[in-house]
Amino acid sequence: MSLLTLENVHSYYGRIHALKGINVEVAEGEIVTLIGSNGAGKSTALRTISGMMHPKVGRIIYDGKDISKKEPHDIVLSGMVHVPEGRGIFPTLTVKENLEMGAFTVRDSRLIEERMEYGFSLFPRLRERVNQHGGTLSGGEQQMLAIARGLMMEPRLLMLDEPSMGLAPILVELIFDIVKELNERGITILLVEQNALMALSIAHRGYVLQTGEITVGDTAINLRNNTAVQEAYLGIS
Amino acid sequence: MNRLLRSINVTELLRPLGHVLAFSCGSAALMSLIAVSLALVLDRTVVGADLLDRYNVTLFTYTMVNLPQVVIDGLTIGFVYAAIALGYTMVYGVLEFINFAHSEIFAVGAFVGVELLIALDATGILAGASLVMAYAYLILAILFGMIAAGALAVTVERVAYRPLRGASRLVPLISAIGVSFLLQDIIRLVESLTTGQFNRIMPTFGNFDGRIIFGKLAMGNSTITLGIAIKSIIVIVAAVVMLVGLNYLVNATRIGKAIRAVAQDRKTASLMGINVNKIISLTFLVGGLLGGAAGVLYALKFTRIDPFVGFFPGLKAFTAAVLGGIGNMTGALLGGLVIGMLETFAGSYMGVFTMGALGSEYKDIFAFSILILVLIFRPQGLMGKHVVQKA
Ligand SMILES: Nc1ncnc2c1ncn2[C@@H]1O[C@H](COP(=O)(O)OP(=O)(O)OP(=O)(O)O)[C@@H](O)[C@H]1O
Ligand SMILES: [Mg+2]
Repeated sequence: MSLLTLENVHSYYGRIHALKGINVEVAEGEIVTLIGSNGAGKSTALRTISGMMHPKVGRIIYDGKDISKKEPHDIVLSGMVHVPEGRGIFPTLTVKENLEMGAFTVRDSRLIEERMEYGFSLFPRLRERVNQHGGTLSGGEQQMLAIARGLMMEPRLLMLDEPSMGLAPILVELIFDIVKELNERGITILLVEQNALMALSIAHRGYVLQTGEITVGDTAINLRNNTAVQEAYLGIS
Repeated sequence: MNRLLRSINVTELLRPLGHVLAFSCGSAALMSLIAVSLALVLDRTVVGADLLDRYNVTLFTYTMVNLPQVVIDGLTIGFVYAAIALGYTMVYGVLEFINFAHSEIFAVGAFVGVELLIALDATGILAGASLVMAYAYLILAILFGMIAAGALAVTVERVAYRPLRGASRLVPLISAIGVSFLLQDIIRLVESLTTGQFNRIMPTFGNFDGRIIFGKLAMGNSTITLGIAIKSIIVIVAAVVMLVGLNYLVNATRIGKAIRAVAQDRKTASLMGINVNKIISLTFLVGGLLGGAAGVLYALKFTRIDPFVGFFPGLKAFTAAVLGGIGNMTGALLGGLVIGMLETFAGSYMGVFTMGALGSEYKDIFAFSILILVLIFRPQGLMGKHVVQKA
């Protein structure tokens, strides 16, 4: 069953036409990746889904409901979490406070503690830094915090915008392993990546976005074997 | 109940008290040192000779005799400035916008509180009130002033600032200045329609005009009376209670963390499920509540208010916020106390120290010189970094 559907979505920044009628489908339990080069509109797609911006044309159906006119703080309540590009760590909130913000809509303090523990079990480094300001963490630690914070909502759909950006290869691997593990625990994942090779290695399906339009949408295996995709995004020729 | 007690974060209650104590003592000690040193130096000059000649008292003695009262007055007005400055600084922290209408929000608080007391006075309740009831009425007036100012601040944001949020920074600033004039005129209009008077006087009741005397101290051939005006104690206690409460709200509660999150990154905050508009309204509400209370306390201290009563305190509180580091709440406290102390010392001693050439009417020069100097040499203020944040 489809958890998220984008139907002919057009988004604008003022007069810049950033999404030109894209159709995307994410089924419950899947990892779907959105790949494409700089400025293709990947982040715009996530922003439009999470309500940070609204499509001018088209519909976004999540869990059977049209959410295209809703605000982000309402959409979050339905279990969709967007870990934004650049991580969005609150620099002068501590690691703990950042995590607490991730659970802003959760009132049960026992639940909050449980989920924080789960985050620490995924990223033990965060436990050591729990009282440190978010802004003083390294890039990799900030990415860990951003994901752990996203999990504080116990999301149904987790959208990650370039979680591998700026990280050492070993950390990229760790992050991707964790994404896979989260998926195996039942979380649906929409993954935006420039690192197409890595993304396609864990995804079930993928879409290629090019200047605001989807050029290919297929299973991950087919995309990896697609010569056009190989040339443009996988560095194979 | 036990759980509730355990969940209270004691450090966040004690930390601001530490700041209050440190900043009060620090600014008082510094200004006293400067004043006394100046007096000692000037005693050797024609200034000291002249005073000795005319009143048979040295400048040093004169300075010391007046010192306790000057320090207390400085603290009193300093806390009022701090309470107003917090309104500027919190709004700036969240929106990077200077709410120039805040001085009129303060004025409206003052008017509502004073009008309530005048109305109560007219019925004769105040005159016959017991001490406990007198305090109850004063607290009631403060609460009314707070609620009116808080509601007004929220309304102003909703009507005059929110629609302009996407516009360039200058646009809401101009709107704020417009609102400021509008509110002044509304106060004037309402006052002339209802009472026919612009100057309103805080009724005298309770024991607020009394003094608590601790003792006397012999000093040469004069004596220093160590005492504090009860009004001053009320203003200081009320301000400190509010400051501690605000600090607790911002640093130790879920909503306070949301305020800080919105101040740092509005977009990401909304992804956490935080309703950014609600938090912005809340920030204006809190700033308005503090400003309204400051208005009533100001009226208690200075007795007389008029529709322009907000202008100078507002500008000085803004200076205090900039001096402390706009956006920084601890900075607003420090800035308020420094400005309050500085202008009170200047107002009390400048006339004598300059043989009457510069009277106390020039005291405002200091606050505004500081504003200019800070803007030129340390625009980030004493405590730096413009984010609503923990110190
Ligand atoms: N805030 C903005 N204002 C105006 N134009 C924008 C804004 N953000 C993005 N754009 C434009 O929209 C287009 C799509 O941008 P987007 O950020 O979605 O790209 P992206 O695929 O995420 O790229 P990257 O891989 O570099 O993050 C680009 O042409 C970009 O210049
Ligand atoms: Mg992007």
